[in-house]
Amino acid sequence: MAELEFRKAIWQALDEELARDENVIFFGEDVAKAGGVFQVTPGLRDRHGEDRVFDTPISELALSTAAFGSAVCGLRPVFEIMFADFFALAMDSLVNQAAKYWYLSNGQAPVPLVVRSAVGGGGRFGAIHSQVPAPWFQAIPGLKIVAPATPAHAKGLLKASIRDNNPVLFFEHKRLYSLSAEVDGSEPELVPLGSAETVREGSDLTIATAMKGVHDSLAAAAELATLGIDCEVIDLRTLRPLDIDAVAASVEKTGRLLVVEEGPRTGGWAGEVVASISERCLGRLDDCWRLATDDLPLPYSPPLEDAFLPGTEAIVRAVRERGGVMPEGAA
Amino acid sequence: MSPAKRSTKDAAAAGGNGQVGEEAEAYLARLRTMILIRKFEDLVQSLFLRGEVYGSTHLCSGQEAVSVGVAAALGADDRIAATYRGHGHALACGMSPQKFLDELIGRETGICGGRAGSMNVVDLEHGLIGCFGIVGGSLAAATGAALALRRTGNVAVGFFGDGAVNQAYFYECANFARVLGLPVLYVCENNGYGEYTPTEAVTPGGIVGRPAALDIPVSQVDGQDVWAVHAAALEAVAEVRAGGGPFFLEARTYRYTDHGRGDPIKYRSDEEMEEWRQRDPIDIARTRLAAEHGVEAARLDALVADVDAEIAELRSRALAAPFPSPDVTVPEFAPAEA
Repeated sequence: MAELEFRKAIWQALDEELARDENVIFFGEDVAKAGGVFQVTPGLRDRHGEDRVFDTPISELALSTAAFGSAVCGLRPVFEIMFADFFALAMDSLVNQAAKYWYLSNGQAPVPLVVRSAVGGGGRFGAIHSQVPAPWFQAIPGLKIVAPATPAHAKGLLKASIRDNNPVLFFEHKRLYSLSAEVDGSEPELVPLGSAETVREGSDLTIATAMKGVHDSLAAAAELATLGIDCEVIDLRTLRPLDIDAVAASVEKTGRLLVVEEGPRTGGWAGEVVASISERCLGRLDDCWRLATDDLPLPYSPPLEDAFLPGTEAIVRAVRERGGVMPEGAA
Repeated sequence: MSPAKRSTKDAAAAGGNGQVGEEAEAYLARLRTMILIRKFEDLVQSLFLRGEVYGSTHLCSGQEAVSVGVAAALGADDRIAATYRGHGHALACGMSPQKFLDELIGRETGICGGRAGSMNVVDLEHGLIGCFGIVGGSLAAATGAALALRRTGNVAVGFFGDGAVNQAYFYECANFARVLGLPVLYVCENNGYGEYTPTEAVTPGGIVGRPAALDIPVSQVDGQDVWAVHAAALEAVAEVRAGGGPFFLEARTYRYTDHGRGDPIKYRSDEEMEEWRQRDPIDIARTRLAAEHGVEAARLDALVADVDAEIAELRSRALAAPFPSPDVTVPEFAPAEA
């Protein structure tokens, strides 16, 4: 058994795919010489050469279109947008160029690009360095959004993303970079995109979530178990396309669904999961709701930020306060 | 501006038997493409007025020499990214006019199966990465393509209008290309107007000062003279291909038609339009082929008749082509790598 840190898992995935396929390149702001502001990519330039791993100007739009244009000409570019909030600067290339090209060109060329980006709050970075902008892209056909929760999944999902023939946004939660977990080498090399995993089995309530939410939900499930509520926890792993089949299968068993999203309640992916499950499983549902953040920018001051994010306590409270819908005798 | 190469040999070789030299033959082919583009645009406009072309149209009549002169300077493995006024770029690349017209009238036999339409058309087989409906998107795509093409010694060309030099795309991509030394040729088709607005009203300091400030070599050329455009493009492409990094070529030209649907063209005078009509790129090419290369009028007229016949054929075939079926299920994603 060995420990694998989340950031090291991403490093390994990049290193292995750069070694495996010479068409893979990696670029971004301060990713090559400096190794990235979150120290995820040190040494890759020395190992794979400065033609394939390089620093760029601070130009998110140029980075995105560089990836798009090189992808349709045969490369498999991976680039970093340092904080996912900066996606706002890169929208045209991702939304109007990369996402639509396969369809509009009638399949003349795929667009195999990956954008790695740090997402999420809890780091005291304030409103514009803490977002999880998945909902900005949820309504864009042709894009995939990957959101790993563990080091092993981060590695397997990133490798699969690089080999995927579609534009993939790969979200790395900042609060997970220093997370270490044991790996024994038996993990599959690739984790398929669009496939969720049940990380805790339970019979009373399904909690579907992603990234840091998985760890918070597992902790909440442990606490709720002491109150007699047996939660099943699903790590969605991919936010687009969503693995609604996996959630539906769980809801068939539990009859109740809570979706936990770090992001504003309105227009988020949690709402999409709730809507899809309502459509498919209405007859089986006793309850179905979501826990997200208020429709406000993320605040800076620590007590405000802590209260704003849907952590373990908030999940436990949400389940307890839902009231009247839990199994008899629980809570 | 680079001086056009004058051939006296061609004129001599013409003799009385209608044969002309190599250069004249090359320019006859270029003239034919320019005539094809002009008549293709006329056809598109007539079909648009009949309701057979949908949405909007952005015609390039008057600008033919730029796309033809530049495309002729490229090799088969070079790549072009074009604008939403891109019919000339696409035809100059060698896209099948039939597949293109079929696309424009939304037919299944179109180059993109009727999915793309005019503003988003792609033909990778002929080197066209695509036409881009967002101002500046074309030069951006070309910049990205250059990142791949630098491995193989090939060149990417991004066409764009004067309006694009005010977009973030231009500054970010030109700077990115310069920093990385990418093999990309930026071709600015300055037709004097960004949609309805005169270029000078929104472009303080002019166009070429902008790439020059990024330390990118620039040249300016008369975009109505296909010899001049071609010579300038050859020089620029050679410099880019030799590893000199990006190059910026401004071609001064003029669009005869409206910007697109709904444009009443009230922003320019009849005198101005007439002045530019006097510098029509097709007339200039005809005149030069006759005067400098001894090409007979009959040969030039035959060229026009030949294109007329092609256009008539294109039209009838296109209108008879089937529409795509909405009943076909289309997967959202490209399949996994084999």
